[in-house]
Amino acid sequence: MNPKPLEGIRVIDLCVVWAGPFGTMLLGDLGAEVIKPENPFVFQPMTRGAIARPPQIMADNAIAWSGGLPGGRVGDRPWDYSPTFVSLYRNKKSFTVDLRRPEGLDVLRRLVAQSDIVYENNASGTLEKLAITYEWLREANPKIIFMRVPAYGSTGPYANARALGVHLEAVMGHSLLRGYADADPSSNTAIYSGDYLAGAQGAFAAMTAIWHRDRTGEGQLIEIAQAENAAAMFTQAIMDYSLNGNLQGAMGNRDVHGLALQGVYPAKSPGTAATMEDHWIAITIETDEQWRAFATAIGGPGWAGDPRYATGAGRVEHHDEIDARIAEYTAMQDDYELMQRLQAVGIAAAPVLEASRMFDDPHLRARGFFRTQTQPSSGTYEYAGPLWQFPETPVEYYQAPIMFGEHNEYVYRELLKVPEEEYQALLAAGHIADAYDASVP
Amino acid sequence: MPAGTPLEGRVQALDNLTILDLTHHIAGPYATRLLADFGANVIKVEMPGGDIARQLGPFQGGVSHPEKSGTFFYLNCNKRSIVLDLRTAGGRQALMSLAARADLVVESFAPGTLDRLGIGYEAFRAINPSLPLVSISNFGQEGPYRDYRLSDLVLYAFAGEMYSMGETDREPVKMAGTAALFESGAAAAVAMMSAIFSSQRHGIGQHADISLAETHFGGVDRRHATAIAFQFSGRKTLRLASHGGGMPGGIYPCADGYVDFTNAGLYPDRVADMLNHAEWLNDARFMDPMQRLNPAVIEEWNGHFIGWCVERTKREIWDEARRARVLCGPMFTMEDMFTDPHFRDRGFWTSAQHPAMGEVTLPGRPLSMPRGGWELRRAAPLLGEHTREVLAEAGLDENAINAAMEVAR
Repeated sequence: MNPKPLEGIRVIDLCVVWAGPFGTMLLGDLGAEVIKPENPFVFQPMTRGAIARPPQIMADNAIAWSGGLPGGRVGDRPWDYSPTFVSLYRNKKSFTVDLRRPEGLDVLRRLVAQSDIVYENNASGTLEKLAITYEWLREANPKIIFMRVPAYGSTGPYANARALGVHLEAVMGHSLLRGYADADPSSNTAIYSGDYLAGAQGAFAAMTAIWHRDRTGEGQLIEIAQAENAAAMFTQAIMDYSLNGNLQGAMGNRDVHGLALQGVYPAKSPGTAATMEDHWIAITIETDEQWRAFATAIGGPGWAGDPRYATGAGRVEHHDEIDARIAEYTAMQDDYELMQRLQAVGIAAAPVLEASRMFDDPHLRARGFFRTQTQPSSGTYEYAGPLWQFPETPVEYYQAPIMFGEHNEYVYRELLKVPEEEYQALLAAGHIADAYDASVP
Repeated sequence: MPAGTPLEGRVQALDNLTILDLTHHIAGPYATRLLADFGANVIKVEMPGGDIARQLGPFQGGVSHPEKSGTFFYLNCNKRSIVLDLRTAGGRQALMSLAARADLVVESFAPGTLDRLGIGYEAFRAINPSLPLVSISNFGQEGPYRDYRLSDLVLYAFAGEMYSMGETDREPVKMAGTAALFESGAAAAVAMMSAIFSSQRHGIGQHADISLAETHFGGVDRRHATAIAFQFSGRKTLRLASHGGGMPGGIYPCADGYVDFTNAGLYPDRVADMLNHAEWLNDARFMDPMQRLNPAVIEEWNGHFIGWCVERTKREIWDEARRARVLCGPMFTMEDMFTDPHFRDRGFWTSAQHPAMGEVTLPGRPLSMPRGGWELRRAAPLLGEHTREVLAEAGLDENAINAAMEVAR
């Protein structure tokens, strides 16, 4: 078997929530050994779930991607199988240590000495309170690469502002740029596109820094201010303001470049939105030729031959009335069947896929996209697959989502070679544990 | 020193890498822009007529012009542009000469296009067995949807978590701009680095298959979590707007716009501090997790909160939230961002001189890397600006360069 691209690179994952863990997940998928120190006495909200021991009613009331636990039950170890956690914590290792105490911090110091990257995205000040600084890390390991992913950066008036991805979306302009054109912004749903970008760019930056270190022998401190990082996603709006002073607004599902037409239309549905059985199809038509092909593919109705619709400018002007006509047609069509019919004539179209339906998709099945993982705490399930396919260095899920403290033996005995006496002392002091302390709610 | 000026003697992390870039539109060029920003020598190969992104707005002055697209400009800074017609033998030969000196080839044609032109992976492999080829396509190089098309909307609709975005009784609604394509581009940049690591550290060449759809099906913005939540529990994720309601949670109007307080209610003590209601810390209705689920309690609490919001501007509210460490984001316009002192003083914005557009202000570094990090070395290239220069570097003589510059009829 070929070596993995990042084989031999060790990453300490001091990350929380999504943006950091997504970055280290990508590094783990590429073969880096990613080790997460976890504190049995401190729960990090939104990482291994909202709280350590949620009441059943809390899980039931939470949105599915947060509260949809195995079998619908909170069970004995809810921190092991929160849907967002298991999605981000394959291919990593977990060990426990209380970093608030000097002997715990010393364990981390020894691990840093054997690692390449320390990666964190805590609220500003969190690590400083533990006396974990770049200087401290560099003393333990002069070549260490320290990745920090704060919300707004370590300097400036917003340095200490608390934020999840959704708050950053607001500040970097995304929240006013998205959503229905005819509704107020409170119709927006909380989303986390900035976590995606910061995570992927974090993995990219970490690899770039390793490349640099191997050329020069230098480690360094890298800072990804998420609000700055993700602003690039809104290039069209930024450049329109920069070049022309134009303030773009929400455009719903229309094309930001003004190509017409584009929309999301109702399809024949087995049920309603309330039961999450409403079907929709997204369609993009960019050229006059595609418009003519579309008209033919839907049976050449008279209205589609209206000369006002023949050009892009005409379709922009009459977008609303064309949308209404298309919706009348699509409402009677099966979304998958219509996708195939439109794609056959070169038109971008696909169902707005509710997540459970991806498991039935023939293309994803044919490509072997899904991965089955067995985690002792939760059982055997099929998970979404990796982001890329490399034939010679395939991304495998070689470690199921990590259970709390699953790799204590590996880290303390194999990696750090902690003497038996110290091991027993750390165990007695509660550093080494396989569950959160009973005092943690 | 003005941005865009080359830094003499400065080492950038990736300045020993040459990327032969056959991508176009948004996702691929964003990926190669990231490598170029950190020093890679990115040779952007455009077909006659140029990258389709040159036809995408916004345009300076509002009129379509291939050298005045703000979208193209942002995506292609730090690259050099050459024009090759890969339908001609001269164009293909020139490409292969460049490939012989490259560390990675990346392309985003429809699957099978390069093979049909006789310059597929096998041709690159014949030059250099450890030379990686990264192909970025809509649905991947194989599979039933191999030839299907995508737009930013259709990509996000099918593979991202768009289904649960918007109002329950309305159609699902996408992200702004072409955010989904930018996310895919960032994921592709990681794939390119991975292919380079395998090639240069382990001598492994390969043809990597990047499906834009899979970069979203496996992505962090809730899709992989909604998928496993269904497998775990049979529960699906309802489409639901973030109207305020969680003491606080979601989006609220204020004096001059809107503020987002999603998940702020996780820390009721901080919220009480923000609102100067220390007495709430002793009020079980507002502090007990179970009572906080009671609609009557939420309504009473909203009575306090909504009035507080509408009397204040988004910046005043954010000042109070930051003081009390409450999760909050004011909804900024692009004007707010451009004039904001935090972003300005941190050096977020930069500018570059462009022959057709003059001085252009644009977002600068995506991240701070003090050693070998980001530099803006050059503005986006004019179409074919560097054809002769790059081909001469590759050792082509005048005749070969002229042959390479022929366009098929």
